[in-house]
Amino acid sequence: MDQLTAGTDLYTLRLYVCGSTPASTRAVANVKAACEKFLPNRYDLSIIDLYQNPAQAQDDRILAAPTLVKAAPPPVRRCVGDLSQTDCLFSALGLNGEV
Amino acid sequence: MLTHLPPEQKLPKSPTGIDGLDEITEGGLPKGRPTLVCGGPGCGKTLLAMEFLIRGAIEYNEPGVFVAFEETPEELAQNVASIGFDLPALVAEGKILIDYIHLDPTEFEESGSYDLSGLFIRLEQAIHRIRARRVALDTVEVLFSGLQNAAILRAELRRLFRWLKEKEVTAVITAERNETGLTRYGLEEYVSDCVILLEHLRTNQIATRRLQVIKYRGSRHGTNAYPFIIGDTGVNVIPITSVGLDYSASAERISSGIPALDDMLGGGLYRGSTVLLSGAAGTGKTTISAGFLEAACRRGEKGLFFSFEESPAQIVRNMQSVGLKLEPWLEKETLRILANRPPIDGLEAHLNFIIRQTLAFQPDCVVLDPISGFLFNTQETEVKGLIIRLIDFMKARGITLLMTSLTRVLQQVDHTEAAISSLADSWIVVRNLETIGERTRGIYIVKSRGMAHSNEVREFRLTSEGVALQEMYLGPEGVLSGAARRARMAQDQAEEQARQLEIARLQETLESKGKILKHRLAVMQAEFEAEKAEILGQIARLEQKQNKPHKLTIPVDEDRPG
Repeated sequence: MDQLTAGTDLYTLRLYVCGSTPASTRAVANVKAACEKFLPNRYDLSIIDLYQNPAQAQDDRILAAPTLVKAAPPPVRRCVGDLSQTDCLFSALGLNGEV
Repeated sequence: MLTHLPPEQKLPKSPTGIDGLDEITEGGLPKGRPTLVCGGPGCGKTLLAMEFLIRGAIEYNEPGVFVAFEETPEELAQNVASIGFDLPALVAEGKILIDYIHLDPTEFEESGSYDLSGLFIRLEQAIHRIRARRVALDTVEVLFSGLQNAAILRAELRRLFRWLKEKEVTAVITAERNETGLTRYGLEEYVSDCVILLEHLRTNQIATRRLQVIKYRGSRHGTNAYPFIIGDTGVNVIPITSVGLDYSASAERISSGIPALDDMLGGGLYRGSTVLLSGAAGTGKTTISAGFLEAACRRGEKGLFFSFEESPAQIVRNMQSVGLKLEPWLEKETLRILANRPPIDGLEAHLNFIIRQTLAFQPDCVVLDPISGFLFNTQETEVKGLIIRLIDFMKARGITLLMTSLTRVLQQVDHTEAAISSLADSWIVVRNLETIGERTRGIYIVKSRGMAHSNEVREFRLTSEGVALQEMYLGPEGVLSGAARRARMAQDQAEEQARQLEIARLQETLESKGKILKHRLAVMQAEFEAEKAEILGQIARLEQKQNKPHKLTIPVDEDRPG
């Protein structure tokens, strides 16, 4: 935890959702909670609706919804699903070794 | 049943434009529905899907979206360039849209439930952008390696195929073949309108491709596994059984190049017929073939020679030794000799080569020398199928086809040859005949459809002035050829000479006998004259002694001496 909070990397996160499906709603809540808990003040999270912004979805090669993309710091990671399992979320955020 | 329905109630079809496939499917793939194309790696799934889109865009004005899960747009462009399509140009014109979706499993984590809305939206966008009527998904199963939750994927794919149907796009979905089922993930359960199976078989190191329509809901279709090739014009399916027999039959006769053989055939070969010429090694098959084309060139026609054993230069040189000059025709470009070895690129590709070259050169007469080159290490039925296709192709174009076939020594007729011979209109056999210390060749006609032909076996000789046919010599020992014929002929000639001499001798004898007779007659006359004179002298003397008592009248000259 100390390492994490002491980290200086800014996390760029994009969460792609599809309208307001239950899975999308859960995903938004899960990501926000995790970020507040593990990456306070050093994350930039944008929530993007696939229908609203298909071009960006294509750039990020999004097939599934919801999908969380960690664009920075490298490597780029993706996590599909409602992020109900935090293990997976950590892994996607590259936080595994640090927690 | 179908014929009773008004046309609009029949299953609408989307023509693929792929050579032969529309024939098998009787019009194309089900319009507005997904079709599953499954097969193992390297069997041509991607190319088939791509050609379906490209031909749709070019020939039927139906733009298409290609969703590539495996290959990048650059790779796809390279692949279709090899079959003669300019993919980037079609993309630029907005006729084809390639959407490359890259799935790297190492980039993915999964947590909880999700759906494939991203894919749907992306696809919808693409379809909308170019107003696509056709869609290809290649290969959708990649999703299974990228995403782990198979239950979700199955449900989503089912939804995808239903969605494609709602969009009324004609879709081709490719899938990897599995040993037990048709596809690895059982996609055939979801795409049930039309399933096409592609196979890449290898027998005796020769690869052949097969295409089979496994099911086609609501439509008749050819059920066989049809051989197909991927040539430089794309996929070409070879539907053997659907080839019609409705070509016209010409009554025109053309020369075989050997006048004596034309006589045996009762006037020559029919134009557009198929001739099989078989014989053992060294019986002059190539020479007869070359002569056939040379005769065609002399008539002002074009001849195409496919050589599978000799190089063009070798043929030209060898024919010169029997007085056949091919060079002038090669220079005039009315004769073309193409040489290659068939098994190198597989039978279908080989057939395709022959067909393309024939289409390009537009010959009147074609030679395949030898067709047994096809039979090398391959299955008879396949070869027969190919040759049927080839014969039909030539017949449909009125091309006279001469195929040579090598028969093994001491073997009368082999099976394959028998199978092929039933397809040929005329079957000419050149055989080695062994006689007293010599090998000669005999030529005869086994069959010739629709013409009175000779049943004789003629001796066939290759001379420096060309091919000569000699009537066989019928001696008391039977049919004679070669040295035996010559010996017999010499013997007979000697006998004849002796007979003539005897006649002359007898005539001479007769003449001399006549001369002797004449001579003898002259001598006897002379003797008679002498005796007569003496007798007359005696008579005269006796009359003088009598003192002329009466006058005698003697029929002898007064002044003759006594």
